[in-house]
Amino acid sequence: MKNPYVPYPVRITEIITETEDRNLKTFKLEFLNPEDEGKFAYMPGQFAELSIAGKGEIPIGIASAPTEKGYLVFTVNKVGLVTSHLHNMKPGEIMGVRGPLGNSYPWDRMEGKNVVIIAGGFAFTTLRSSIVYMLEPRNREKFKDITVVYGARTPGMLLYKDTLAAWEQRDDINMHITVDATNDPTWKYNVGFVPAITEQKAPSAENALALVCGPPIMIKFTQPVLSKLGFTPEQIIMSLENRMKCGIGICGRCNIGTEFVCKDGPVFTLEQLNRLPKEY
Amino acid sequence: MAAKVVSKDRLNSVLSHWRKNYRVYAPVQKDRFVQFEEWEDRGEPVWEFQNSRLSPKFLMEPQSEILLEFSLDPRTEDSGILKERERVYPLQIVVGIRPCDAKAVELSKRNFVSQEYTDSYWVRRYETTVFVGLGCNRPCPTCFCTSVGCGPFHEEGLDVLMIDLGDRFLFRSLTGKGRDILAEMDGETPSADDEKLALQIREEGERHIVSRVSWDRIPSQDLMTLFDAGFWEDVAFSCINCGTCTFLCPTCWCFDIQDESKGVRGIRMRNWDSCMFPLFTLHGSGHNPRAEKFQRVRQRFMHKLKYYVDKYGDGVACVGCGRCVQFCPVNIDIREVAEKMNNYVRCECKV
Repeated sequence: MKNPYVPYPVRITEIITETEDRNLKTFKLEFLNPEDEGKFAYMPGQFAELSIAGKGEIPIGIASAPTEKGYLVFTVNKVGLVTSHLHNMKPGEIMGVRGPLGNSYPWDRMEGKNVVIIAGGFAFTTLRSSIVYMLEPRNREKFKDITVVYGARTPGMLLYKDTLAAWEQRDDINMHITVDATNDPTWKYNVGFVPAITEQKAPSAENALALVCGPPIMIKFTQPVLSKLGFTPEQIIMSLENRMKCGIGICGRCNIGTEFVCKDGPVFTLEQLNRLPKEY
Repeated sequence: MAAKVVSKDRLNSVLSHWRKNYRVYAPVQKDRFVQFEEWEDRGEPVWEFQNSRLSPKFLMEPQSEILLEFSLDPRTEDSGILKERERVYPLQIVVGIRPCDAKAVELSKRNFVSQEYTDSYWVRRYETTVFVGLGCNRPCPTCFCTSVGCGPFHEEGLDVLMIDLGDRFLFRSLTGKGRDILAEMDGETPSADDEKLALQIREEGERHIVSRVSWDRIPSQDLMTLFDAGFWEDVAFSCINCGTCTFLCPTCWCFDIQDESKGVRGIRMRNWDSCMFPLFTLHGSGHNPRAEKFQRVRQRFMHKLKYYVDKYGDGVACVGCGRCVQFCPVNIDIREVAEKMNNYVRCECKV
């Protein structure tokens, strides 16, 4: 009988400080036992429990893509006991990863469609995974236009800056990077809130799905913009967060009505969420 | 199906015999309450009681349980690696479990075993346990088991059903596990009179369930309409969020997972938790989706009587044991809440 509470041991191989407030770090992890990588088969949108002996576990979206072999990437905001400890860890140290957990973005539905990605702040992790996955040469033709609106408070608060810059150079993805405000005279992208930039760039709802991740305030003001553009609630895909422990639908705390965010989610359509309590 | 009759004065020797191969848990008097404890061949278990205060759910999910262990010693190769502790799950018999509590174990199985995941700790205990239930000749006034698909002699989840015939017990096996323990048990074959008496006692017990709850309309009620109903604030008004209902409830299984270490050795354990506590859902950011008391009270009742019903289509997540009714310090009554939910009609009048 497989014990679903035992994490795979991993080694931290690289730590990148992502943001100017130094509150977000990206951790690159390698499996100690190479055969575990095969067992950890995931799709973008899934998450895992990062496990630190003596501290506990935290559910974090997987930021690497299944097309990136040999390692996993997680970007972690420093907020509590486990994340603070993790932020003080060093490359070479050992920790655990338990997963992959939850559903993923609806990849079956996304094939053959235009994909619109709207993200704010540090909720860009599983969307990075999705973009890397879609841009992989053998996957790219499965999807039509890819449009990305990604915003942060300032240029220094954007995640994965090098990757974003590389995507800006490509012609098979429409990038619209934005910041709320900046004093930087060399800033060459957009300035404005994510909902406003979405309205301005007006991605078509025709044969499209929108993946929307961000802080509640961004989501609140982006929804009416998407409705105006013609996106129905079935076309709007969101990923939720709730406090979790087991991550496998057993410990009972992350439910919104009938659904466990950990096991039935974290990805839901807006149509599903409209029929469920807003307890997230 | 096999059956045997054992006189009450020989029951301890039956238990002693079981102890050779099993750990035996039986109801014993503990101060003012009855509770299930390992019977160590001393003293008399209690056979005339209404129900134990705590349900024997802790035999499947202990209140505190070690899941994993680890070393933090940097000199060891496995430092920081979480491992399952080698553990033997001894065969155990829980004798005297009430039919409602046995049904609750069956119901909890749906939580601990899904298509995707098996909670190996819970399942190993479940598989190594024999459930010898005791029918209820005299149910409590707060029992409403017959309204929720259970009953004082309900057999679901039991391997053996015991019926108190006065000076003797009738044991009837219901599963292979039950047949095995009956096979090696001293006792007489029940006479036709014994069977007749058992039937009478059963009918008499069922007649004693006076409390009825209707939930027939809840499955067709709209989830969000019930969620947004105005009565939740009233239901929660007197609640002090003590969590007694959740700890006593045989179908409450929620738990927390915590790490503890001392020196270079540590454990990861799980402990019973409760949806009544604000920490249960508190996000790292400080945001809490169920910050208000009424939201937590609503979650408990909606989970048992609506979410579970909608998700699995197999009735309510309540077995009608009445513990939460008896022990709630502010007299919140699940029977009244179920009625409110069942009869709820959203007011369509224009304000």
